[in-house]
Amino acid sequence: MAFPISIAIEKRTADVPRWMPAATSIGSVVAAFIVSGIVLWLIGSDPVRVYGFFVRATFGSWAAISDTMVKATPLILVGLACTVAFKMKLWNIGAEGQFYMGAFFASLVVLVPLVPAGTPAIVVIPFMAAMGMLGGAIWGFFPGFLKARFQVNEIITTLMLNYVAILWNNFWIFDRWSDAGFQMTPTFERNAWLPRLSDLAREYPIFSGITLHLGVVFGLLAAVVVWWVLERSRWGYEIRLIGDNPHAARYAGINIARNIILVMMFSGALAGLAGMSEVSGVVHRLQERISPGYGFTGIIVAWLAKLNPFGVVLVSILFGALIVAGREVQPSGIAQMIQGFVLFAVISSDVLLRYKVRLVRTRADQNAAGEAA
Amino acid sequence: MNLEIILHAGLATGTVLLFASIGELLAERSGILNLGVEGMMLIGAMTGFSMALATGNPWLGLLLAMLAAGVLSLAHGVVTISFQADQVVSGLALTFLGTGLALVLGNGLTGQNAPLIPNYDIAGLAAIPFIGPVFFEDHSPLVYLGYIFTPLVWFYIEKTRPGMHLRAVGEKPVAADTMGVSVYRLRYFYVFVGGCLAGLAGATISLSVSPGWYSAQTTSGQGWIAIGLVIFAQWNPLRAALGAYLFGALRRAILDLQGPRMILGFVNPLYINPNLGFFLQMAPYLLTILALVIGSRAAMRKRIGAPAALGEPYIRGERGL
Repeated sequence: MAFPISIAIEKRTADVPRWMPAATSIGSVVAAFIVSGIVLWLIGSDPVRVYGFFVRATFGSWAAISDTMVKATPLILVGLACTVAFKMKLWNIGAEGQFYMGAFFASLVVLVPLVPAGTPAIVVIPFMAAMGMLGGAIWGFFPGFLKARFQVNEIITTLMLNYVAILWNNFWIFDRWSDAGFQMTPTFERNAWLPRLSDLAREYPIFSGITLHLGVVFGLLAAVVVWWVLERSRWGYEIRLIGDNPHAARYAGINIARNIILVMMFSGALAGLAGMSEVSGVVHRLQERISPGYGFTGIIVAWLAKLNPFGVVLVSILFGALIVAGREVQPSGIAQMIQGFVLFAVISSDVLLRYKVRLVRTRADQNAAGEAA
Repeated sequence: MNLEIILHAGLATGTVLLFASIGELLAERSGILNLGVEGMMLIGAMTGFSMALATGNPWLGLLLAMLAAGVLSLAHGVVTISFQADQVVSGLALTFLGTGLALVLGNGLTGQNAPLIPNYDIAGLAAIPFIGPVFFEDHSPLVYLGYIFTPLVWFYIEKTRPGMHLRAVGEKPVAADTMGVSVYRLRYFYVFVGGCLAGLAGATISLSVSPGWYSAQTTSGQGWIAIGLVIFAQWNPLRAALGAYLFGALRRAILDLQGPRMILGFVNPLYINPNLGFFLQMAPYLLTILALVIGSRAAMRKRIGAPAALGEPYIRGERGL
């Protein structure tokens, strides 16, 4: 080629500077918004107006911020669910199904009912949370078991079980627990509602209309727990070792099959808790489409956060905002499209963490890595 | 409940899965796992439908659908082949991107009527009793294309020289490179071909098998089933085609089971309570899992399986695996 300058990609020998992973994530988000803006412009929208609307709808007032946090809550939990599994290179794409099963099991407490009427909330809520985690864990157990026992690819099984979980839920809300023929169950009694800030509106008028609920505390606590498990516990060490180098892990005597099942169940339990938090904190009933794809967005959240539990919290807030904004603008796929661009930008930018990219004068003896570009 | 109708419709819906899974199979045989099939199919379905609407020519729509999905798949190629990023995450990103783009660009297409690809009979063959009406009557030309396409792909992979290069790149890229085969170029090529076929599968839905644009419901997870079929088929195109047709027939049988009041002399429980149909609708997904369990057990026993280099980035000049 006659072009005198080419791009050389060299493997990094020194450690990546500490600021770089965060910088590439932020850069990716910015790049994705720019590219999405171009697409919006091409289809005849005004990206500046759309994005201006985004900001107002998500952070423009206390109620808007509360809305954003309400949407961020399930994302924190499913993002953590994906983080735990991905740390072990276990591709749990089934957080969506585990979310639905968590919602279903949590609802059983009210709908069967498993507690007598009038049981105080202080008993009902923890029971529902435990049931939600159980439901998610069961739904995570199956693909974990199939992978551990038969080496069945967990990507496909978790994905297929998403559809099964949604159909399962549909049967119960269309058939057994349908509220007067509508595709939803009757509204739960107040003792099954997660406390909200608006409950305090009588004493503190500033909270009126603020729907932020206790689920966000679940999310923050879960982030601390996941951080502790992954970074400070022996189990977390095993998980990270299996993820980084399964051969070394096997030689070290770590039981990989057992860990596959346990991690899938842990991951499922976190996603299940997200389902419980949605039925108990937001919709107060079991109904169709309780999740606009939280389980899938959780995958992006985990990846954008570089599998850092506290990063997951921050990214979830951004994506919560995206969901709030996406609800209000047409056409409906904008939020999803931006998410796709973000994820692509993030994984593309990973190359910057592994390689140095420089512009160099072309020489005849161009190194082999240069051709890879 | 008529076997002839179920098989006939099964071939039509199975053709969608066939194109998608053979495309994925080709990419995987070259060593690149592309989980973006669902997104590429949606792009194909949307492009095919909107272009047929705009130009009045469904065949042109079909062609552009293949091209659009092929171009989209190149994003996966750049990220996984050149940047050596994780193929699983990149494939997921492709699904998000494809789905989102298709929904944004396909806004307003729902409810429109585009010119469709007409059905044809195969003169002569259609007269054969039972076989004729099932296989050769009133089918989209794409279904007939599927009949020819599958054995051709099998022959190409197993018996021709470029097919051998494809297998070499997926099994032992270092060796292929030493032989003078460009690993990067071939992998890009097959990722692109896989994308084109996923686009064809999508357009087969929107322009022929169940015409129209119903946003994400247009494909309703068939891209993922196609990926499952590749594993079930142990990377053999003939088995993939068989699986695709079986799944196609199953989807149709599920619909038909809900109609009649009596089946084989028993009262049809689905007739009394149609909500039980939700359990029936789980069948394709559960069967995919079952097929994977059976497939992986057989693979473990016979020690055959995925292309050895599947999912591994190839880095020239580094010691290969």
